[in-house]
Amino acid sequence: MHLTLEGIDKVVGSQTWLYPMRLQPCSGAVTVLLGATQAGKTSLMRIMAGLDVPSHGEVQVNGHSVVGVPVRKRNVAMVYQQFINYPSFTVRENIASPLKLGGEKNVAQRVNALAEKLHIEMFLDRYPAELSGGQQQRVALARALAKGAPLMLLDEPLVNLDYKLREELRDELSALFAEGNSTVIYATTEPGEALLLGGYTAVLDQGELLQYGPTAEVFHKPQSLRVARAFSDPPMNLLAAVAVASGVQLEGGPLLAVHLPESASRKLTVGVRASALRVTAQEGDVVLPGKVELAEISGSDTFVHVATLVGEVVAQLTGVHYFELGAQVTLYLNPAQAYVFDGQGLLLLAPVRGGGR
Amino acid sequence: MGRGCCCWRRFGAGGADMARIELDLAHAYAPNPKQDSDYALLPLKMTFEDGGAYALLGPSGCGKTTLLNIMSGLLMPSQGSVKFDGVDVTQASPQARNVAQVFQFPVIYDTMTVAENLGFPLRNRQVPKAQIHQRVGEIAEMLEMSGQLNQLAANLSADQKQKISLGRGLVRPDVSAVLFDEPLTVIDPLLKWQLRRKIKQIHHELKLTMIYVTHDQVEALTFAEQVVVMTRGRAVQVGTAAELFERPRHTFVGNFIGSPGMNFLNGVACAGGLRVADTVLPWLPGQSLPPGAVKLGVRPEYVTLVAAQTPGALPMQVAQVQDVGTHVMLTARFAGQTVKARLSSDAARMAQGDTVWLQVLGEHSCFYQNEEIVA
Repeated sequence: MHLTLEGIDKVVGSQTWLYPMRLQPCSGAVTVLLGATQAGKTSLMRIMAGLDVPSHGEVQVNGHSVVGVPVRKRNVAMVYQQFINYPSFTVRENIASPLKLGGEKNVAQRVNALAEKLHIEMFLDRYPAELSGGQQQRVALARALAKGAPLMLLDEPLVNLDYKLREELRDELSALFAEGNSTVIYATTEPGEALLLGGYTAVLDQGELLQYGPTAEVFHKPQSLRVARAFSDPPMNLLAAVAVASGVQLEGGPLLAVHLPESASRKLTVGVRASALRVTAQEGDVVLPGKVELAEISGSDTFVHVATLVGEVVAQLTGVHYFELGAQVTLYLNPAQAYVFDGQGLLLLAPVRGGGR
Repeated sequence: MGRGCCCWRRFGAGGADMARIELDLAHAYAPNPKQDSDYALLPLKMTFEDGGAYALLGPSGCGKTTLLNIMSGLLMPSQGSVKFDGVDVTQASPQARNVAQVFQFPVIYDTMTVAENLGFPLRNRQVPKAQIHQRVGEIAEMLEMSGQLNQLAANLSADQKQKISLGRGLVRPDVSAVLFDEPLTVIDPLLKWQLRRKIKQIHHELKLTMIYVTHDQVEALTFAEQVVVMTRGRAVQVGTAAELFERPRHTFVGNFIGSPGMNFLNGVACAGGLRVADTVLPWLPGQSLPPGAVKLGVRPEYVTLVAAQTPGALPMQVAQVQDVGTHVMLTARFAGQTVKARLSSDAARMAQGDTVWLQVLGEHSCFYQNEEIVA
């Protein structure tokens, strides 16, 4: 199914919830709507679902306008943050209900197949209230899949689950999405989740669609500071700088010998991802001495907050590392790994990817 | 108990009243527990040293809050004892145990100023005014709230209110321990690290015994010197962040710490090495295990892409390659078993269906039987 949002916006009273945008989510793939709360993800999804109409613009399915077509005639499946199931139905009946409505003949067989896919086959005769949160959300997902809708909308479906469950379900979901039977729209606030889901990403910020493209491409080439901010976790380190003949001069810090385009403004912002900062030196690095403010340990990574002459920065190191509060530390950066944004916050330079430097 | 007075004397003398906490107990909410699942907390023996920073970490329902409530005195264990500095306090109330507590949500008086809120636990214990003033000033300074001391608490944001709750938990230097129950739940994610830093700094400065309950591994591993990992009423490991990462004593810990967690491969130990399906991975020098079924545990961070036939490596089929920005997450299969590898973004290009050699047996390998580490 081909969904197209053409010049849509949403104005409610004196407030603009969505600024005019055009979005054509890739059909048969997952499109992640990435943005903080209030970015407009849910408003956009409600328009896609037919729960709301845009103030202006067109919503088309396979080339035909569907503005005003009620949601029950849209053939859309939705999954919300809250686990929504029929409390008085067993799991079996919950999954069966969309199948029966759809006139499915082999209901029992399909229920079993879906339950197996989502690893809830052992709970078919229980009621939702007897299940854990993760299991309840699996039931809701099974119901959405049972509908076999060509458009599936998932609004932060994993946000209320423990992080380990989230990991597990996300893996299973991306395998299901990869089957390509539906166009999937998936809203999340977490950059890491967007990257793990892959597919395509639309970055939203305060009601504006900032960038749309293959997820990895948007991450590696954010067109603006706003996209870079929205699509970084931990936040991208942003350092004030000016253009000089031999490259970029960090305010209060070293010179980065990079080749700027002719058009570059004088005032610049340099963006450095936390993972580009290291505590071991490599050839061609610039040096950023500083003082440790905190080392946050996640298990797989250690995020070291360091006060330096160019401001406070965060470095991401793989594995567990200990740093005393206040300890001296030297960070290293390969200038080729820096992003450079112009005075308007537009991308001038992104690190070259692929193939060792 | 009339303890406030005697504690105050110690406070006045500048001494702290921290305690070493010893637990030897179990707890079941219903009488006559018969099987493991009847226990909210299975029998455990544990010591929290004076002045240490501890975290109780585990998913919901693991028993961590039950354990905290037993330490604070809100809950009496159904068997066993709680000792503070060798004195049995099992029957004693939270007041008598002299513990301070910080809860998930701010517990403050909206009609009082920030300073009055912070000083409340001291006023309650008739601490002289001048000393309250001084101590409140110190705590406000630490929390960077000095400028707001005279504001009414009612007008503050949830973050600020929770900071006051933290401050109130820390204001008495004479407490046996400060117990935190998910204290950063209401804090804006972007501000969390600053409060984590504050709490850590304060521990360094005040050297209070602090016990911190959370389901969030970052919070636990960042704050605590020793983390108690819990699941289903059982404390499966007590260790430093590095120990939990490098040598998880239980497969639960291996999986729970790290994202994604540790890989586990089923194999059979034999004289020459570890047999996985029809392939034998030779032991490294010094490595060996008694014959039998065993699980090989290896973290995605330690699985490496190597040349064909490298000792310790398996030829695996690529199932998925995810560019997760800072690195590549590779999912590969061998004889029905799955391994995830965290590879550098510069790693060679590969596609679904390719065969790659991944080293899984190496110096970072752990081995498990019945979910417990054996080597």
